[in-house]
Amino acid sequence: MPKRQDIETILVIGSGPIVIGQAAEFDYAGTQACLSLKEEGYRVILINSNPATIMTDTEIADKVYIEPLTLDFVSRIIRKERPDALLPTLGGQTGLNMAIELHESGILDELGIEILGTKLHAIHQAEDRDLFRTLMNEMGEPVPESDIIHNLEEAHAFVAKIGYPVIVRPAFTMGGTGGGICHTDKELEEIVTGGLKYSPVTQCLLEKSIAGFKEIEYEVMRDSADNAIVVCNMENVDAVGIHTGDSIVAAPCQTLSDRENQMLRNVSLRIIRELKIEGGCNVQLALDPHSFNYYIIEVNPRVSRSSALASKATGYPIAKLAAKIAVGLTLDEMMNPVTGTTYACFEPTLDYIVTKIPRWPFDKFESAKRNLGTQMKATGEVMAMGRTFEESILKAVRSLETGQFGLSLKNGSEMTDEWIEKRIRRAGDERLFFIGEAFRRGVSVETVNDWSQIDVFFLRKLQKIVQFEQVLQANPFDFATLRKAKRMGFADITVAKLWNSDERTIYDWRKERGLIPVYKKVDTCAGEYESDTPYFYGTYEDENESVKSAKKSVVVLGSGPIRIGQGVEFDYATVHSVWAIQEAGYEAIIVNNNPETVSTDFSISDKLYFEPLTIEDVMHIIDLEQPEGVIVQFGGQTAINLAAGLEARGVKILGTSLEDIDRAENRNKFESALRDIGIPQPLGKTAVSVPEAVVIANEIGYPVLVRPSYVLGGRAMEIVYLEEELLHYMEHAVEASPDHPILVDRYLTGTEIEVDAICDGENVLIPGIMEHIERAGVHSGDSIAVYPPQNLSESQMSTIVDYTTRLAKGLGIIGLLNIQYVISEGQVYVIEVNPRSSRTVPFLSKITNIPMANIATKAILGQSITEQGYGTGLAIAPAGVYVKVPVFSFAKLRRVDITLGPEMKSTGEVMGKDTTLEKALYKGLVAAGMEIKEYGSVLMTVADKDKEEMVGIAQRFTNIGYHILATEGTARVLKEAGIPVKLVDKIGSEGPTLLDVIQKGEAQVVINTLTKGKQPERDGFRIRRDSVENGIPCFTSLDTADAMLRVIESMTFQTEEMSKQEVRV
Amino acid sequence: MMKKRMLILEDGTIFEGIAFGSDTASIGETVFTTGMTGYQETISNPSGCGQIIVMTYPLIGNYGINRDDYESIELTASGIVVRELSDEPSNFRSGMTLCELLTLKGIPGIQEIDTRKLTRVLREKGPLKGMLTAVNEEVDSQEKIAQLQSYILPTDLVARVSTKKPYPSPGRGERVVLIDYGMKHGILRELNKRDCDVIVVPYTTSTKEILALFPDGIVLSSGPGNPEDVEGAVETIKELVGKAPIFGIGLGHQLFALACGARTLKLKNGHYGGNYPVKDLTSGRTELTVQCHGYAVDEASIEGTGLEVTHKALNDGIVEGVRSTVYDAFSVQFHPEGSPGPEDSNHLFDRFTDLMKTSNREENINA
Repeated sequence: MPKRQDIETILVIGSGPIVIGQAAEFDYAGTQACLSLKEEGYRVILINSNPATIMTDTEIADKVYIEPLTLDFVSRIIRKERPDALLPTLGGQTGLNMAIELHESGILDELGIEILGTKLHAIHQAEDRDLFRTLMNEMGEPVPESDIIHNLEEAHAFVAKIGYPVIVRPAFTMGGTGGGICHTDKELEEIVTGGLKYSPVTQCLLEKSIAGFKEIEYEVMRDSADNAIVVCNMENVDAVGIHTGDSIVAAPCQTLSDRENQMLRNVSLRIIRELKIEGGCNVQLALDPHSFNYYIIEVNPRVSRSSALASKATGYPIAKLAAKIAVGLTLDEMMNPVTGTTYACFEPTLDYIVTKIPRWPFDKFESAKRNLGTQMKATGEVMAMGRTFEESILKAVRSLETGQFGLSLKNGSEMTDEWIEKRIRRAGDERLFFIGEAFRRGVSVETVNDWSQIDVFFLRKLQKIVQFEQVLQANPFDFATLRKAKRMGFADITVAKLWNSDERTIYDWRKERGLIPVYKKVDTCAGEYESDTPYFYGTYEDENESVKSAKKSVVVLGSGPIRIGQGVEFDYATVHSVWAIQEAGYEAIIVNNNPETVSTDFSISDKLYFEPLTIEDVMHIIDLEQPEGVIVQFGGQTAINLAAGLEARGVKILGTSLEDIDRAENRNKFESALRDIGIPQPLGKTAVSVPEAVVIANEIGYPVLVRPSYVLGGRAMEIVYLEEELLHYMEHAVEASPDHPILVDRYLTGTEIEVDAICDGENVLIPGIMEHIERAGVHSGDSIAVYPPQNLSESQMSTIVDYTTRLAKGLGIIGLLNIQYVISEGQVYVIEVNPRSSRTVPFLSKITNIPMANIATKAILGQSITEQGYGTGLAIAPAGVYVKVPVFSFAKLRRVDITLGPEMKSTGEVMGKDTTLEKALYKGLVAAGMEIKEYGSVLMTVADKDKEEMVGIAQRFTNIGYHILATEGTARVLKEAGIPVKLVDKIGSEGPTLLDVIQKGEAQVVINTLTKGKQPERDGFRIRRDSVENGIPCFTSLDTADAMLRVIESMTFQTEEMSKQEVRV
Repeated sequence: MMKKRMLILEDGTIFEGIAFGSDTASIGETVFTTGMTGYQETISNPSGCGQIIVMTYPLIGNYGINRDDYESIELTASGIVVRELSDEPSNFRSGMTLCELLTLKGIPGIQEIDTRKLTRVLREKGPLKGMLTAVNEEVDSQEKIAQLQSYILPTDLVARVSTKKPYPSPGRGERVVLIDYGMKHGILRELNKRDCDVIVVPYTTSTKEILALFPDGIVLSSGPGNPEDVEGAVETIKELVGKAPIFGIGLGHQLFALACGARTLKLKNGHYGGNYPVKDLTSGRTELTVQCHGYAVDEASIEGTGLEVTHKALNDGIVEGVRSTVYDAFSVQFHPEGSPGPEDSNHLFDRFTDLMKTSNREENINA
């Protein structure tokens, strides 16, 4: 069927900020969809609040709105733009929910706007638990039996009907509180009794437990002519019970016979047809490992994380084709973009094995519960391809960048057997490695299967890997053994350890003997048809299909999996760098391992190598491609960390030299560089023992910022105010020794400033300066950034421009750099210089229209900034105020303290822009998901150090009509200041405590600041967690509270009584 | 322990790998199949008689061999080529390993070779004669290549796989005579599912004998090789057309077309796998089909035969189905019974049973 001619303008809704469960995959899907619709000649209007994305680049759609994804703002844009149609299925759950809200508000009907692709009715049927269950029953498709119970008798009756095990889910509790799996009457009584108590409506859902079933996914597509296909099927290595986003996944399915496969394929296609999906859809099924019994777990009537994975795993671009289906095209009239010669109505067939491993944030959040269940916790994922399962999973392991190259744990040999069993029985982020350790100790596959429910197929493969370690060890420098090891995916580092050698020696030894990988094409068709798609993975076989072209090339290293501190912003810069390289006349080659991103879309670069970002894997590509050099400054710390190793092997690092990178990153060298350039930094020294740290702290004066020198990115960084806190930190958080020095710096309270700049060696272009709302001490990624600065004097601005220019030149930067300053008592100090792209590059690029990554790349390739037509110095700021507001995923991470501090905790960001700071802040906060209420109560419980400052804030809350609730100490100070306050009891008191206030929703805002270091203070922790779990905004920095207050103040009218006139006699 | 084996192709390409299955040497037409599941069905499909089958999916044997999924009792493939053989299957139905089955049935296998390279060679050059043989010093590969080049592939494949005696597969519904040119169990299974009363007959059965079974319909089964090599088949089908509704599948489709006066041709790249989109020209819908053929009906020869093209391969336009404009007869090149592969076109068996019913009714009326 030809495409629709009756529509012209299409509105696409993006997915908003990156949060756990909704990440970069929607930038990939949205970008593809917008470009795909433009390609068909439609006018595309895009709304997304996330500035860190390629999709919000102005080239991707005809009009791009970076505005909050709320009914209010989206409706305004709709009224302004009057689109003919709306495409909601490419913006994740956010996009879907927005479409439903718009529909329910009546605006779509009012303006005659059609919903393209999957219809709302189908979305409801798939998403609503009851409607879905009814539909499945009508279709005769099994869903796990369930019932709602109100007492123990009903629970027993349900179990009598369906048997154990059952899952208990208490109604209306957050995050599955009080639920669990029961195998016995005793457990049932215990959990149900507790669950009923937890549930405010004394009600639990009981569901037949299918934990232990195989979890299988089908990515299906259907068009308006009812053609339906399966793009890919996937088998979760972890059995049902762990969220698929937190499971290790293999594609295609490994342990299903064709009959099982066809049975589930037929079911998936029946469902997509019944729902009349037009576009992509994900069907999750549970299959009994001992029979043909299966259950439908869930259906997602939209593109998803799984569809992004399926697209990258097969090469088949689901989102791109889903967008075309939405405008009426059918699968059998569209070409398969990979082969270019066959049609899209086709099911890809693989000749390799794909493994996905999630990347969890537990390295950052050490206090978080690491066990995995039905609530997703991963922030990102890696994917790897190989010709054997072993090769595929080992490549994925080393792509994670957790320091692991094989199936082993740090200190694994010292752990008790009981501990290992426990960590395998109870799934957590490190289970794969505990399984490796179990096999090393001779635990049988059957036993591990019993503990983990993981299919023996996968366990045997893991066991084979561990067993081969011994073979390697027994045969040092034996070619045949090494060949076998490499074909199983062993890294040189692992081999080196077993052979008492080093990575470099192994690399050279096997290269001399011709043992190097070849690159195979990902072509959707297992080689059946010719394909020009430049999408490759490496493996140890005979024929290499990746041919070096005659053109000069440049390799760009990507940033790997999305994690806290290294998000989609780095992929944004990577993609722009690739485009700039192409514009400069080179072939752009990208190496990356993240299946969610735009950079791993094969149509972005001239060549895509889907490979781990390790020295070994990158060197193989460089050996083959012989590029002019490698660009490392856009791939975040991942790529920067590879620079030294690459240069040592003779690779040219383009842009800022390795020596200069080191000068910015190495503490001592940086200090001496600053002295040479003449730029002040906060006082600080290095301590190698506890007494020394105490002496230094006394010397420079509290508060001090302490951190170990050997970790990057704010880990284990803390601000301490007292000697006892310092001692506590030194004892508990770190171990000081000459090998592990501790940095003790003066903590300067003041305004934090962030600057991104580009340097070509001579000229420095500063697109913009940003001022943080939160004072120094809060990680820059967790601060609200304001552009242009609102509170800087002219001389401070020029000092910053001067320092930035001198730093860029003095440090020998070629390309991008990011600097953080603090202004304390009028004086500008430099805190940190990052010789690379930063989190704020997309934000600034979008605001200023200065394509920073592009200019930097061309500067790296030898074109000066002025030759490119740009000026130097600070660019002139465009009109308006722009704020970048961080977004957190705390609700998904149990036991994580939400206090803002030197360690970054946010997962994403949104942008707010308007004519005034207050308006921009309003948009930013709303877009970040905060509900701003014009009246209500604020609960305050602040540390002594903040009490003085708090009085002013409390007064302003009172002025706009808020009631103040406070705990004893805080209340006393407020009363003394003459502010009306209601006293709330502390936790553990008899009467209603502050936790009751939070749980009952009696406070609309919570302000809680930290008393001491992060270890003790359980009460504060509970206050903050309870706020998160009850969805109440909780401010741990008075600056953020102040910003929100300013917004409310600007929204409300003051109500003050008339002042009484004194009567003159 | 690990015996080496090699695969020699007539163009001189040699792959050295590890032996599994039977130790016999063998020669056959080397073809690749792209199905990711269904190796048991594929290697037991009589259409693969005499072929050395290359699996493009690298891990084969993962779910073992079970008693249910055979497509024939005897295995007639000449060899199996895989990247990695899984010798520790995991599936509740698994009764033995693929290696054990091949050893039992006397079929050699080879693993640990670059099957993607091999696939690309075959894509480039079309199916090649290949030889699986042990690696040892006495082997002179040049001699083997010469031997291969002069070797003539057998033409009696159907005779090797067709049943020697007729046998019933009873039901209470329509009487179907299924002519066995190398029938897959899947075809019989689909007819039985529809309660057909099936009698399977050898391909040499005469028209007279077939009609003496009073069929409500006749199914021409799939099978191996070149349709022109099947002696007597075309003549028999010619006589049968019009006597009862006919449904041809695979080789049966080609033979039906030949009987109607069309021609067949050998494809440079055959279709072997489970992901071939086929457009049903009547409904306009495209279905994913499983295919297994190196020959096809030549579209240019259709005119004037009383046939019309009903199905076409979406990707290369090859004729995938025809029907008679005169009689109740139709045929498809692909396998509507799936096994292995998609079952999207399973409804064709319903079309056939419906045809038998309506055809019967007309006859009854006429009588």
